[in-house]
Amino acid sequence: MSSVTIDKAAPTRTVKYGSMSRDRKWALRWSYFFLTLFAIFSLLPPIYMLITSLKSSAEISAATNPWWVFHPTLENYVGLLTSNQFLRFFWNSALVSIFVVTITMLISVPAAFALARMRFWGSATLATGVFLTYLIPDSLLFIPLFKVFALFGDWTGIQLINRWYVLLFIYPTLTVPFCTWIMIGYFASIPKELDEAAIIDGASWFQTLTRIFIPVALPGLIAATIFAFTVSWAQFLYPLVFTTSTDQLVLPVGIITTLIKGDVFNWGQIMTGALLGAAPPLIIYAFLMDYYIAGLTAGATKG
Amino acid sequence: MADVALQPNRVGAAQPARKRSSLQKALKRKSTAAFLMTLPLIILITLLVLYPAFYSLHLATLNKSMQRFVGLGNFEFLFKRDTFWLVVKQSCIFAITAVLFKALIGFIVAHFVHNIPAKGQRKWRGMLLVPWVIPPAMSTLAWLWLFDPSYSAFNYTLSFFGIGPIPWTGDAAWARFSVILVNVWYGAPFFMIMYLASLKSVPDQLYEAAAIDGANWWQRIWYVTLPMMRNIIAITTLFSLIVTFANFDIVRILTAGGPLDHTHIFATWAFRIGIEGSDIPLGASVSLFMVPILAVAAIFILRDVNKRGNEA
Repeated sequence: MSSVTIDKAAPTRTVKYGSMSRDRKWALRWSYFFLTLFAIFSLLPPIYMLITSLKSSAEISAATNPWWVFHPTLENYVGLLTSNQFLRFFWNSALVSIFVVTITMLISVPAAFALARMRFWGSATLATGVFLTYLIPDSLLFIPLFKVFALFGDWTGIQLINRWYVLLFIYPTLTVPFCTWIMIGYFASIPKELDEAAIIDGASWFQTLTRIFIPVALPGLIAATIFAFTVSWAQFLYPLVFTTSTDQLVLPVGIITTLIKGDVFNWGQIMTGALLGAAPPLIIYAFLMDYYIAGLTAGATKG
Repeated sequence: MADVALQPNRVGAAQPARKRSSLQKALKRKSTAAFLMTLPLIILITLLVLYPAFYSLHLATLNKSMQRFVGLGNFEFLFKRDTFWLVVKQSCIFAITAVLFKALIGFIVAHFVHNIPAKGQRKWRGMLLVPWVIPPAMSTLAWLWLFDPSYSAFNYTLSFFGIGPIPWTGDAAWARFSVILVNVWYGAPFFMIMYLASLKSVPDQLYEAAAIDGANWWQRIWYVTLPMMRNIIAITTLFSLIVTFANFDIVRILTAGGPLDHTHIFATWAFRIGIEGSDIPLGASVSLFMVPILAVAAIFILRDVNKRGNEA
């Protein structure tokens, strides 16, 4: 009974509420419409990679509808995954990325801890310097770095150019500053009482780092690891400059220099290679999206 | 902080029974420990960032065989070449247009994602961030194939609407459009994710207050959203300006500077001259032209980041 009286008592309010909800519904429809458009735009190249990778060379050169696969085949995948050269690229990329991630973490975590907690002479300047280093792009440094490593080879007789492991020295210049910077942010957000308690209990600085800071800042550590991995996996300019022999190339450079032969483009295999090259970061992203996004936004919002 | 700093010393002094050498004592000291922890970082930055950066200043003053000092000769040579001015112009067009569109699209998309019910947002955000996750060298290959002169999937689709085959990478104006389009595709998700994070931090009460005061959607954006997001917008734009200005992968793979050097930007032209043309000093001088713009952007970013640090 009472509900009926309420409905009767406020007819104008119901009408107004109805119009607002109709506005809201239309806003929502438009949002979905434009989001669908943008999602198509975003996913078009990877989807097209997949479509082309399932086609045979004959179907590609027959110029049938490019958006549809009439005779799906896995021959491109079989061809690449049984080719020693392609597997070598994949292996080189994996080795470089894993080593670079390890080196980056070993350098940046202790440094971030020292800069966030153990204020010492010049620590604030150094933290700013780390951030500025992160803003120096690879395209500014590749020519002098190339010359520096060439001179190093002349002086010491240790030839590093055109060896995949030269990248282990160079990639950290891209990964370490950013990882240190976001780890400073994560470490600084840990309450001081936590490490004060540890030190009162007799923990050394090293124990404070390994027993307290690393476990508490684990999400930041994962975000930094993902960042270091994706950067070293995707890097294109440095390997293009520093490595030339086919057995020393990493994946992106390998695909571009060996699958594109003169004017002959084997597009089925190129797209398959590109898709396989994009797979590791995409898989990591699919499983650890929140950490990935945390790392992405931390660069500007932390610190 | 000071009382924390004294703790390790006190712990060390409290146990005089255990004999420690002076080296161990020094290691126990806070500043020594901190210095050792940052030492690898300092060595890395000094040897592989600062030294090459200053070395390129020296390189830029040498002749091609790197045996003779030519002072500013390389720069004089560059100023006389038409290609150099073409590269300057294209770098500015490329960076400014791409960053503007990235910021605009990112802002719009972030609003749409913010608009829909919270439980669906994760899925959409996940899909829209995919371009940023794929290594740019790989995704640019897909774009190159989409733009292929004879098999272009875009031209195939457009032919149904009676739009003639477009020379995506063959004609100077279209090639400029194409490299910007790919860059916008790659970079807009970064803006979207940053703006979305900052939209979520705007308190709902502000919008409620604005709605009660009778503000329309435009006024809500202009007087509430934009002022609240100002810092993030500034940092993201400046950061993207640096990255776009220094871009290499996309232009290199899509057009390699062609047709007739019309899409070369500083990084690709420096690569063409310095590595492919093995004129290292001239290549170093070309890439040095990026420094002033990067420095200005870096100063503003630093100011914003520090300002945020003081507010917190």
